[in-house]
Amino acid sequence: MTIMERITNPRFLRSALPLASFAVLLSLIFYVQPRAMSYFGLNLMLQYAVPIALATIAQMFILTVNDLDLSIGAFVGLTASIGATLLADNPVVGVCALAACVAAYGAIGALIHWRNLPSIVVTLGMSFVWLGIAVIILPTPGGTSPAWIKAIMGLKVPYIPFPIIAAAVIAIVVQVLLMHTSYGATLRGAGGNPRAIERAGWSLLKIKIVMYSAAGFFGVLSGLSLIGLTSAADAHIADRYTLYSIAGVILGGGEFVGGRVSPVGAVIGALTLTLTGSFLIFLKISPDWQIGAQGAILIVVLALRALIKRREG
Amino acid sequence: MTALARTLGRQRWIWAYLGMVAVWLATVTFTGGKGGGEIITAALSFAAFTVIVGIGQMFVITTGPGNVDLSIPATISLSGAVAMKLMGGDNAMLLVGIAASLGCGFAVGLFNYMLIRILRIPPIIATLSSSFLILSTAISYGRGLKIKPPSMLADFTTTQVFGFPVLAFFVILFAAIMALILNRTVYGRAVSAVGQNPRAAWLAGVDVERIRFRTYLQSAVLAAVCGFLLAGFSGGASLNMGEEYLLASIAVVVIGGTSVAGGQGNVAGIIGAAIFMFLLVTMLNTFGASAGVRLIMTGLIIVAVITIAGGDKPQR
Amino acid sequence: MEIHGAAINEKYSVAVANSRGIRCVFQELSLCPNLTVAENAQIIHPSLKGFGWRKRADALIKAKLDEIFPGHGIDGDDLVGDLSIGKRQMVEIARAFTVTAQSLHLVILDEPTSSLDVVTAGQLLAYIRKSVEGGTSCILISHVLGEILDYADRIVVMKDGRVVAERAASEFDRDSLVAAMGNVVKEARIEAHEQRERERGTTPVVVSAVPEKQTDGRALVAHKGEIIGLAGLASHGQTHTLLQVYQAAGKSDKRSRVEGPVALVAGDRQTDGVFHLWSIARNVGIRSIRSMVKFGLIDQEAEQRLADEWRERIKIKTPDMDNNILSLSGGNQQKALFARALGSDAEIVLMDDPMRGVDIGTKLEVYDLIRAESERGRTFLWYTTEMDELNNCDHTYVFRSGQIVAELSRNELTEEKVLQSSFEETA
Repeated sequence: MTIMERITNPRFLRSALPLASFAVLLSLIFYVQPRAMSYFGLNLMLQYAVPIALATIAQMFILTVNDLDLSIGAFVGLTASIGATLLADNPVVGVCALAACVAAYGAIGALIHWRNLPSIVVTLGMSFVWLGIAVIILPTPGGTSPAWIKAIMGLKVPYIPFPIIAAAVIAIVVQVLLMHTSYGATLRGAGGNPRAIERAGWSLLKIKIVMYSAAGFFGVLSGLSLIGLTSAADAHIADRYTLYSIAGVILGGGEFVGGRVSPVGAVIGALTLTLTGSFLIFLKISPDWQIGAQGAILIVVLALRALIKRREG
Repeated sequence: MTALARTLGRQRWIWAYLGMVAVWLATVTFTGGKGGGEIITAALSFAAFTVIVGIGQMFVITTGPGNVDLSIPATISLSGAVAMKLMGGDNAMLLVGIAASLGCGFAVGLFNYMLIRILRIPPIIATLSSSFLILSTAISYGRGLKIKPPSMLADFTTTQVFGFPVLAFFVILFAAIMALILNRTVYGRAVSAVGQNPRAAWLAGVDVERIRFRTYLQSAVLAAVCGFLLAGFSGGASLNMGEEYLLASIAVVVIGGTSVAGGQGNVAGIIGAAIFMFLLVTMLNTFGASAGVRLIMTGLIIVAVITIAGGDKPQR
Repeated sequence: MEIHGAAINEKYSVAVANSRGIRCVFQELSLCPNLTVAENAQIIHPSLKGFGWRKRADALIKAKLDEIFPGHGIDGDDLVGDLSIGKRQMVEIARAFTVTAQSLHLVILDEPTSSLDVVTAGQLLAYIRKSVEGGTSCILISHVLGEILDYADRIVVMKDGRVVAERAASEFDRDSLVAAMGNVVKEARIEAHEQRERERGTTPVVVSAVPEKQTDGRALVAHKGEIIGLAGLASHGQTHTLLQVYQAAGKSDKRSRVEGPVALVAGDRQTDGVFHLWSIARNVGIRSIRSMVKFGLIDQEAEQRLADEWRERIKIKTPDMDNNILSLSGGNQQKALFARALGSDAEIVLMDDPMRGVDIGTKLEVYDLIRAESERGRTFLWYTTEMDELNNCDHTYVFRSGQIVAELSRNELTEEKVLQSSFEETA
C-alpha cells in the first residue's frame, strides 16, 4: 500500500477523523489567537474538558449497548450537588450517597433490559428524578466543594497543563478496561450482536447492569471534578452535559448502534467540544452561537462520515 | 377474561382520564372544595400547548421504534422569537407573524428530514443536533427581546368564556381533526403500517419515505404553532420557553396510551394526559410539596407508566 | 433428547449445548462485527481471560485457521465487520472447531460452503474428514450434492420437516439422491390442472426482468395472463428478482420493464406481510385504501365491502373480519394476504413462496383462485419451493446462485429437470 492509498483508505479516514477535527480546530485557535499557545492558555481553554470528558465516557458506556442516556446531565448535576453538600459536610454519608447513585444507575439498566423499555423515555423521566433530588439537596446554588477535590483539579504540573494529563489518563484507563480486557470485549460484543453473546452463554442482564453502573460511576466522577473547578454547585450546573456527552461520543467516532465506540476518540471528542467555546470567543462570535456551532460540527462530522461510508460501499 | 383484558388493554388511554379525575379530586378535597373550577380553567389553558406538540410527537413515535423528535423545544423557542420580533406587537402584522412562524416550522421539519434521509443519521441524533442549531439561532435572533405580542394574539390565547379558555376549545377541535386524520385517512393508516413494520408497509404499497417526511414536517410545524401561541399567552417569547416541552411532549404520548413500539397512536389520551400532568403539579403544589418533590414525582410517574405499558409490547 | 447417553434435564439452550461439546455454525453469522477476530474467539471461550488473553485467543484462532484454510490471509486483529463475507464464514467455521476447556464432540455445519469459493470449500471439506477421523462428529447440511456424496458417511434426506431417507452414503449415487428428494409425500400430490395448451406470446409482454446477478443477459419474461413459476432451491435469487420487479413497477430501468400496477403476496408472513395490530379487514384493505377515499377520508363501508367480498371468495374462516389478524390460523392469515393482493388494482401479482406452512385444503382453494384470476388477464410471478405448485404454471424459470439457469415450458416441466438444473455444478 502506498502512503497515498493508506491515507485515502476509508477505515483509516474514519479512525483519523476525530483527531483531525481536534487538530484543525486547535490550529485555527492558535492562528487566530497565538497567545493561546501557552501553558496558561491551554489550561484555561481546556479546564472544563475533564468533567465533560468524564460525562462523555459515561454516555459512551450506554451507547455501547445500543441505548441512549438523556439523563446524564441531570445526574452530573445531582452528584455535583451531593459533592458540594453531603460529601463536604460528612464524607461517609457523601460516599454512601454517591454509591447509591451508581447503584441506582445499574438498577435502571436492569429495568430497561428486564422490561425491554426504550432507554430514551426511561432516562428522560429519570432526568427529572435526578434534578428533583438535586434541588432538594441544594435548593439554591451554593455549597462548598471539598478541599481535596479542589486540590486535585487545581494541580499544577510542570510543562503539560493538568487537563491534558487528566484527559489522557481517563482515555487510557477506559481504553484498557473496555478495549483490552477479555470482559471488555464481551461487553462491546453485546452491542454488536447481542444474540451471539447470549448464545455463547453470557448474561445480557448482567452486561446491561455493568454498563449502566459504569456510566453512573463516571457520572459521579464528572460531577465531582466539576465542583473542583467551580468550587460551588447548582442543581442545573450540568444540564447541557447530556448534549455534550452524546456529541462527544459521536465526534470521537462512536456509532449509535452496533457497539462501535472508542474511549480515546470520545475523550478527544470532548476536548474538541470544549475548544469550540474558546474558538468562538477568539473569533469574537457571540456565545449565543456556541451550542449552534457544536451542533454544526456534529452535523459536519456526521456528513463526512456518511461520505466515507458511501466510499466503503 | 382475556377478551376483557384485551378490551381494557386497547383502551389504555382511559387511565390518563382516570388519573386526571383522581388527582383533581385529591386536590379539591385538600382545599375543601375551593378553587376546583379555577384549577380546571388553568389546566385547560396550559394543557392546550402540550396537546399541540404532543400530537406532533405522537405521530412521530407512532412511525416506529427509534423515531422521536427532540427538536420540539428549540423549534418552539425559535418560532416564538421570530414571530414576536417580526410583529413587534402590531396587530396589523399578525398574518406576517403567522407566516413566519409556520415558515420556521417548515424549515426545521425539512432540515430534520434531510439529516435523517440524506445523511442517514438516526432520527434521535438528527433532531438533537438540529435542535442545537435551532436554539442558537433563536438565542442569537431573540437576544434581549421582550416584545409584547400583538393584543389580538394575546387576547385570543387568554380569553375565557364562562371559565372555558377559547384556545382550549380550538385545540380540542384541532385534536378531533387530527384524530380523524390518524384513524380515517390514508396517511394515518400508513403511519400505523410503517410503525408496525416498515418493510411490510413498503411491500403493501405504502410510500414509507413520504410518510416519514410528512410526519417530521408535521411535528415541526406543530411545534412552531405552539411557540407562536405560547408567546402570545405568556406575554412575549422567552428563550427557554420550549424547555419543558421535551419531556412533556413525550410524556403525554406515553401516558396517553400510544404504543412506544409504534403502530398505535391515540389522540384522545394526549388531552387527558396533558391535563393530568398539569393537575399533578397543581396537586403537589397545594400539598405544599417543594419543587424537588414535584420534579421527582413527574419523573417517577413517567418511568412507572412506561414500565407498566412496556410489558405488553407486541412481539415481532 | 440425550447427549452422550445423559438426558438433558435443564432448559436446553445453545449455551448448554456448548458446555456439552456441541457447536453449531449457523447460516446467519453469530460473530460480533464490531470485534476483532481474536475477540470473537474469546466470546465462546470464557476461559480465555487474564493477562495475555488476547495473545492466546489470537494464537488459538490463527492456528485453527491455518489448519483448515492454509493461506487464508486473515489477521487476528482484523475487525470482523471489515472482512468479506467469505472470510467471515471462514472465521466462524474455524472458531467452531477451536478447543479450550471443554472437549469438542459434535460440530453442526449449516450450509458452510455457501459463501466460500471452490478452493476454500475444498479445504474445509478435507478438514471435516480429518477431524471426523480424529473423533469429532460432524453434521453437514448442504444443498451441494457433490459435497454430501463425497464427504459424508451417512446421508439423511429431509423434506418438509420430515426424514424421507436415511442410508449409508455409499448406497447413494447422484441420481438416487435426487430421486430420494423428489419422490415424496405421494398422498399430497395435487392433481395437475387441465393442461391449457396456449401459445406463448399471443398476449403482450408485461414483465421483463434480468436478475441482478445474471451474467448472460437472460431475462424473465411474463406475458399478460400467464402464470410464471420461479423455481430452484430456496433463496437462490428468486425473492430478489421479485423485489426487483416490485421496485420497477410502472417504470423501466436498465434491467427491468414492468407494465401495470404490482402487488406482492409475502411468504414470510410475520416479517413481510401481516400488520399484527390490525383487524383482518384492515390487513386486507391496506393495498386498496387509496382507491376508497371519499371526501379525504377512507370510506369504511367500501373497506368493509372489500373485506366481506374476499372473505366469501377466498373463504377466510373467521366469525368477524374485524377480529385481529393474529386470531386467524397461519393458512387463513395467508389467505388474507392473498385477498390483499387480489382485491387490489394490481394486474401483476408477485408471490414470494406464499404457501409455506399452509394446509393442503387452503392450497387447493388458492390454486383455483389463481387460475381463475389469470384467465381474467392477471399475470402471476410465482416463486415456489414446492415442486407440485409448478404444475400450475405456464412457464417456469429455474434459478441457481441468483441467475436463471433453465427455462421450462408447461410441457417440458418435470421434477427431475428442475432438480437437475438446481443442483447442476460448475465442474
